[in-house]
Amino acid sequence: MTNHEGVIHDPASRTEGMTMNSLGNGAQDGILRHIFEGGSMAYAAGVDVGSTQTKAIIIDEDGRIVGRALIDTGANVTLAAENAYMAALQQSGLREEEVEYVVGTGYGRYRVTFGNTQVTEISCHARGAVHMFPGTRTVLDMGGQDTKAIRVSPSGEIIDFCMNDKCAAGTGRFLGAASAALDIPLDELGQVALRAERPVRISTTCTVFAESEVLSWLGKGKKIEDILAGVHQSIAARSIGLLRRVGIQEEITFTGGVARNVGMVEALQRGLGVKLNVSEESHFMGALGAALFALDHILASRLPAEAVEGAR
Amino acid sequence: MMTDSRVTSEGGHRESHPASPVAHEDIVGRGNREGAQLFREWFQGLTETAERGGAAAYVFVMGSMAEILRVFDLPTVFPEIHSLQTAVRRVAHEYLDQAEDYGYSPDICGYVKADVAVQLLGGQHPMGRIPKPQLAVLTNACNTYIKWGEIWERMYHIPVFVLDVPGTRAAGRQTWPGDPDFQNDCAYVAAQIKDLIRLCEQITGKKFNIDRLREVLGYVNVMNRGWKRVLALNRSRPSVFNALTDGTIYLGVSNAFRGTAAGARYFERLVEEMEYKVAHGIGTLVDEKYRLIFVGVPCYPIFRRFSELFTQWGGTFVNSTYLWFAAGGANLGFEYDLDRPLESLAEGVLISVRDAMDSMFYQDRPLIQMIDEYQVDGVVYHPIKSCRTVSTGLADNRRALMAARDVPSLFIESDMMDRRVVSEAQLKNRVDAFFEGLAARKVAAQREA
Repeated sequence: MTNHEGVIHDPASRTEGMTMNSLGNGAQDGILRHIFEGGSMAYAAGVDVGSTQTKAIIIDEDGRIVGRALIDTGANVTLAAENAYMAALQQSGLREEEVEYVVGTGYGRYRVTFGNTQVTEISCHARGAVHMFPGTRTVLDMGGQDTKAIRVSPSGEIIDFCMNDKCAAGTGRFLGAASAALDIPLDELGQVALRAERPVRISTTCTVFAESEVLSWLGKGKKIEDILAGVHQSIAARSIGLLRRVGIQEEITFTGGVARNVGMVEALQRGLGVKLNVSEESHFMGALGAALFALDHILASRLPAEAVEGAR
Repeated sequence: MMTDSRVTSEGGHRESHPASPVAHEDIVGRGNREGAQLFREWFQGLTETAERGGAAAYVFVMGSMAEILRVFDLPTVFPEIHSLQTAVRRVAHEYLDQAEDYGYSPDICGYVKADVAVQLLGGQHPMGRIPKPQLAVLTNACNTYIKWGEIWERMYHIPVFVLDVPGTRAAGRQTWPGDPDFQNDCAYVAAQIKDLIRLCEQITGKKFNIDRLREVLGYVNVMNRGWKRVLALNRSRPSVFNALTDGTIYLGVSNAFRGTAAGARYFERLVEEMEYKVAHGIGTLVDEKYRLIFVGVPCYPIFRRFSELFTQWGGTFVNSTYLWFAAGGANLGFEYDLDRPLESLAEGVLISVRDAMDSMFYQDRPLIQMIDEYQVDGVVYHPIKSCRTVSTGLADNRRALMAARDVPSLFIESDMMDRRVVSEAQLKNRVDAFFEGLAARKVAAQREA
C-alpha cells in the first residue's frame, strides 16, 4: 500500500504543511487544471473504522459521492481500513494519487495508516448529517456497539454529545442478539417488527440477557413480530434517553447502520413523536463527514497562507 | 495530590532577566521538586513512627484540624492521600481487590477501600509504612468520613472525633461575621474545638499551649495567603501552573504540612516562583492554545496519560474545583487573628470547611466567575464512579453553566482509584471531540473577526 508522496503527516503534530511540492504529480496537475480550466478534479476520502464494520467514502470537490465500500472490520483493523479504501477507489475508478486527502474516523481512526489526519466520529457524524439535512439540530447515531446523541448549532458546531459506549444496551448489538436468538437475518428484523399487533415489554436493558428474555417470551407463546417490536422499542427508549440528555431539537437526523432498519425508525418516531431524517447514506454518514473534513483541508490549501493558519 | 518529581512544568520561555537574583533553572519547577521532596520526608517520618510502634492522628483534607493537632505534636496521616498514592503508583488494584475480598462492594469509595487494605496489611504502602491511628478527626464535609471513622473505631478501639460544621443553608446565602446566624454557628464550632482540645490532652498527656497555637496559626496564615495568591496568579497568560497536575502537588503540601514552618516556607517560595514565571511569561506549555477548568477529582490510575489527553491539544487547566474543596477551603485565604486565636480558629474552620462543601455543590456561580477572570475556553466535568459526594449534581451544575454562559464543556466519567472503570480509549474519543469543537469555534471566531 503506497502512501501519497509527501502528503502523510504525523497525526500527533496536527500541522497542515501542505505545499504544491508535497502533492503527487496527479494532484498537482489537477490543481493546475482547476486553476486554468475550472474543471472539478479534487477528491477527498473518509474511512470510518467502526467496531463491527469499516466504511469508506470518496467524494469530489462538490461533495458528491463517487465511490464507497462497506466491509466487516474483523480482527485486523489496519487491513480493514486499507481494504475498504481500496474497494471504494476501485468503485470510483479513480487512481490513488487523485485522492488528495484522507481522514480516518471511528474507534480505529489511528489505524488508518494511510490517512492524513484523524477526526472523531462524533464530529464526522454531525458533519455528515448537517451536510445531508441542513436543518439538522440533533443527530442520533446507532452503531454496532455504541450509540451517540449529538446536538448541533445552526452553524453545525457541536453543542453537546452523549455516548453510550460503556454498555451495549441500546446499540445495534442488541438487535444482533435478537437476530441470533430468533434465527432471523439482521436485515429482516425491522420489517418483521412492523407487523406487530401487541408488542411485548422487554424488561432487560442488558444485551447479554436479551437473548434469554426473547427465548422466554417465545416459550410463553408470544408472536415473533410482537417480541421483535418490543426489542425495537427497548432500544429506542434507551436512545431517546441519550437524546434527552443532550436536549432534543428538530430536525432530528438518524445515522449509522441501524438507521436502515425500518422498525427502528418507526419505534423512534413513535417514541419521540416527530419524524426523523433518514438518508440512504445513513450507514456511511461517519465516512462522509470524514471525507467532508478532508475536502476542507484540500480547499483550505488553495487559499493564501494566512487563511490556512486560521483553518488549522 | 502528589506525584513524583518527574512531573514538572515544561516551559516556553525567554532568556532569564539579567538582574534576577535567582537562577532561572533553580526557580522554575522548584515547587514541584520541593513538594516531592517534602512528601518523601513526610512518608519517611510516618514509616519511622510505624516502625517504632508509634501512632498518629488520622485526618481528612476537608477540615483536618491540623491547627490543634500540631499543638500536641501529633503526627498526621491523611488516608485520602495515602490511598490515592497507591493509584498514582499503579498498585491501587491490589489494595482494592483485597478490600473487596474482605467484603466491600465495587461501588464503595475507592479511598476507603484502599485504606482498609492498608490497615489489613499492617500499614504496608508503596511509600513506606503507615502508622496505626490513636485518634481520628473528621468533619461532616463528606459523610463517608463518618463511616470510615467507624471502621477504625472497630479495628483499633480509638476515639473518633466528629466536628459538625454548619453548611450553607441556600445557594448564595452564606452568613458572615456580624450576622446572628454566623455567631451561632461559630459558637457551635468553638465549643466542639474545645472538646477536641480536651480529647487531645487526654490522649497525649500534654497540656494545651495557646502560644504554640498562635505559632501554628501564623504558619497557616502564610500558607493560606500563599495558596490564594498562587491560584490568582494563574490568571496570567500564559498560565504558570497546570491546575490538574502541578496543582495537586501544591495541594498535597497545603494539606500535609498545614501549620508547619516547612509548609509556610514552601508556600512563600512557591509564590516567588509563580511571580517569577508571570514576570517572565513562562507558561506550562510551549504553546498554550486552550485554557480550561477542571471540575471534580483527578483520574489517578492514569494520572499522567489523562493530562496528556489535553496537553497534546495545547490545553492546560488554569483552575480546578479540586484545588478548592480538597484544600479544605484554604483557597479562600482566610487568615487567623492571632490576638484571639481560639475564636478566630472557630471562624476560620467554619468559613473554610463550609466553603469546601459549597465548592462541591453550588459550583455554577464560582465557575461562571472563573470563566471571565481566567479567560477560560472550556470546562471539563469529571464525575467519578465511586464518589457520589463530588459527582452527584455535576450534570445539573453543567446545565446551569450552559444556560448562563456560552462556554463549551465536556462531561467525562471515570474514577479516581479504580482502573477497571477507566477506559482510556473512550476518554480520548470524547476529549478529542471536545477539542475538535474548540478548534472549529476558534476558526469561526477568527472568520467573524
